[in-house]
Amino acid sequence: MNLQNRKALAWGLVGLVPVVCTTAYAQGAVTPEYRWLTFTVFAAIIALTMYVTYVASKRVKSASDFYTAGGGVTGLQNGWAIAGDYLSAASFLGIAGLISQYGYDGFMYSVGWLVAYITVLLVIAEPCRNIGRYTLSDILAYRNNPRAMRIVGALSVITVSTFYLTAQMVGGGVLVKTLIGIDYEVSVIAVGVLMLAYVLFGGMVATTWVQIIKAILLVIASLVLVVLVWLPYGFSLPGFLQDVVADPKVQAKVATLIGDPARTMTAAELGQRFLEPGLYFKAPIDQISLGMALVFGTAGLPHILMRFFTVPTAQQARKSVVWAMAIIGGFYILTLFLGFGAAKFVGPAAIASVDAGGNMAAPLLAQYLGGGANSFLGNFMLAFVSAVAFATIVAVVAGLVLAAASAIAHDLYVGVYHGGDTVPPQQQVRAARIATVIVGAMAITIGIAAKGQNVAHLVALAFAVAASANFPCVLLTLYWKRCSTGGIVAGMIIGTVVAVGLTLVSPNVTYPKAVRAASQKVFDGEAAKRSAIEQALLSTDAEAVSQAKINLTALDKAVAKARDDVAKVAGKERSFLGLEEPLFTLKNPGIISIPLGFLAVLLGSLLFRDRRSEELWPEVYARQNTGILASKASAH
Amino acid sequence: MTAPPTIDWNAVINDPRFQALHRKKQGFLTGLMIFSVVFYFLLPIGAAYFQDLYKIKVWGVVNFGLVFALIQFIVAWGVAFYYSRRAGSEFDRLAREIAADYEKGKVAT
Repeated sequence: MNLQNRKALAWGLVGLVPVVCTTAYAQGAVTPEYRWLTFTVFAAIIALTMYVTYVASKRVKSASDFYTAGGGVTGLQNGWAIAGDYLSAASFLGIAGLISQYGYDGFMYSVGWLVAYITVLLVIAEPCRNIGRYTLSDILAYRNNPRAMRIVGALSVITVSTFYLTAQMVGGGVLVKTLIGIDYEVSVIAVGVLMLAYVLFGGMVATTWVQIIKAILLVIASLVLVVLVWLPYGFSLPGFLQDVVADPKVQAKVATLIGDPARTMTAAELGQRFLEPGLYFKAPIDQISLGMALVFGTAGLPHILMRFFTVPTAQQARKSVVWAMAIIGGFYILTLFLGFGAAKFVGPAAIASVDAGGNMAAPLLAQYLGGGANSFLGNFMLAFVSAVAFATIVAVVAGLVLAAASAIAHDLYVGVYHGGDTVPPQQQVRAARIATVIVGAMAITIGIAAKGQNVAHLVALAFAVAASANFPCVLLTLYWKRCSTGGIVAGMIIGTVVAVGLTLVSPNVTYPKAVRAASQKVFDGEAAKRSAIEQALLSTDAEAVSQAKINLTALDKAVAKARDDVAKVAGKERSFLGLEEPLFTLKNPGIISIPLGFLAVLLGSLLFRDRRSEELWPEVYARQNTGILASKASAH
Repeated sequence: MTAPPTIDWNAVINDPRFQALHRKKQGFLTGLMIFSVVFYFLLPIGAAYFQDLYKIKVWGVVNFGLVFALIQFIVAWGVAFYYSRRAGSEFDRLAREIAADYEKGKVAT
């Protein structure tokens, strides 16, 4: 990195803070008089990560430095970085939110995200480290036709990364807007520019350290909150949960969730119901399908696979997964307390009134524990948790962009367009940087274009494609002698097409008739709910009145949203694919698309034999099991 | 991506030591993988079809469902720990021996 670039980076650092600070804001969770505090905490975290990027930028000289930090990351560091790469806003804020709204089901959901790493640990991490170099396609191209592998591999990586990236950009934009009130577009641009600064100048070295810093901050923030939540109960699990189920706010939420049967239940029964399954997941097959996508998809996520090329040996790769599992699992156990704590102290309705998905559970809990909305400490803690959430999005986006950029620069430009390693190192790094800018610009554009769209299901879709296309291909090329170029091409195409195709005709897409029916239900129930709330407002009990006020806000929001939804589909009868109702009734395609992906690789391999694939099998198998010459592979 | 000419990969995979490593690893990994996947899917399947079991209180308000979900974490960590111990104490040593021999060209074919 030359002097001019470094100067540009320094100015970028100085320039970014006022850009974020001086934007027009709408209403955010932070009260205006404490906004300076939020920006100070944000600026401190941004400055820290920028300093790391500046130091890292001096170390990025070759393509290997840019893509894999020169293979010099230790197992412990990589474990933290994997956790940082994986614990996206969806799991940090989303799972805590889900627990605060639906209790047990939210916690059960988190288990699949951890078990996923067993697949990574047992069958993927070490072999990939032993035979891979920079990208997923490198693994596939080892024994199969390199040109074909680089094309299908890169397309799949770009598809998965784009789905994931879109969800992160839109989610990040909404989150920053909700937290501190800056405009959605400005939030998306801030996330994009910051991420570009890390990846462009610091490559994998900076990305790794940003992910490590973010994971450490996330764990510290959660630990502090959990201690504050749990300490009053002497760290007793039954004691804490007893108080959660005895809370009227929690009982009221359960009553709204289960509807009519609640009338015959006692308050204690309603509270206990919060700790029982079935409040969120209603369709068992759908849930199993989602579980399959998580458990097999994580092992096919390109930005996670890429992390295993950053460590020097298979032993370090193994160590990094074990560390990552300890951190990720520990974190999900902490979210159990964050979620239930938020339900008890803030209340499910109050959380949903700020964000319907419950994403504000952890930040609002932080504010409450610090002393509330009007206290300095409360706002400091809210600011800290918000800044960590922001860092989370940026770190995950950086990992995704790096994975997509490596597929474009290393696989498509160097591998396919130039046909191999004849490209000089300087030019490879330049290609990687150009690809990074292209992907980054694309992420910002899609993020802004997708404003207001429901993109939550895109993360699940990314996992489904990774599980149905990438995972069968990587697994079988590593472990099955007969696997061939034809099989991988078939598996990649069929896995991706089936997963995406089924999602397009699933309930995830908007069906005007269903939207109108759902909205009608809200309108129908409005009058009864409103009169109940008005009655509660007249009550002499102060707690009941404040709860009624929260319920009123929530009801107004729900009605406004239902009106909005109806207006959006006005005059339409069919989904954008011309369907009146879903053809495929599951929300997650995994249960169909994963077996089909495997079947495609099997049949494709048996139908189209490939001599190269078979001749190189002994080498692939010997290398992935023993790590022969693996240290030399990283010295490129 | 061509193989360095000094190593005869067919000799490596036909080496009895490699065959032994392969057999041990394959059986161990397959068993552990199947166990982990089956054990995990018991959680959502149970939550869907055996709700009465999940509702049984075992520790104050803490019910079987919560305990089972917590056990999932312990089992996942246990599997990771068990695998890395077995790999670290046995597979790594065997792999290193084979790798060292062939990288140095000790085994002539």
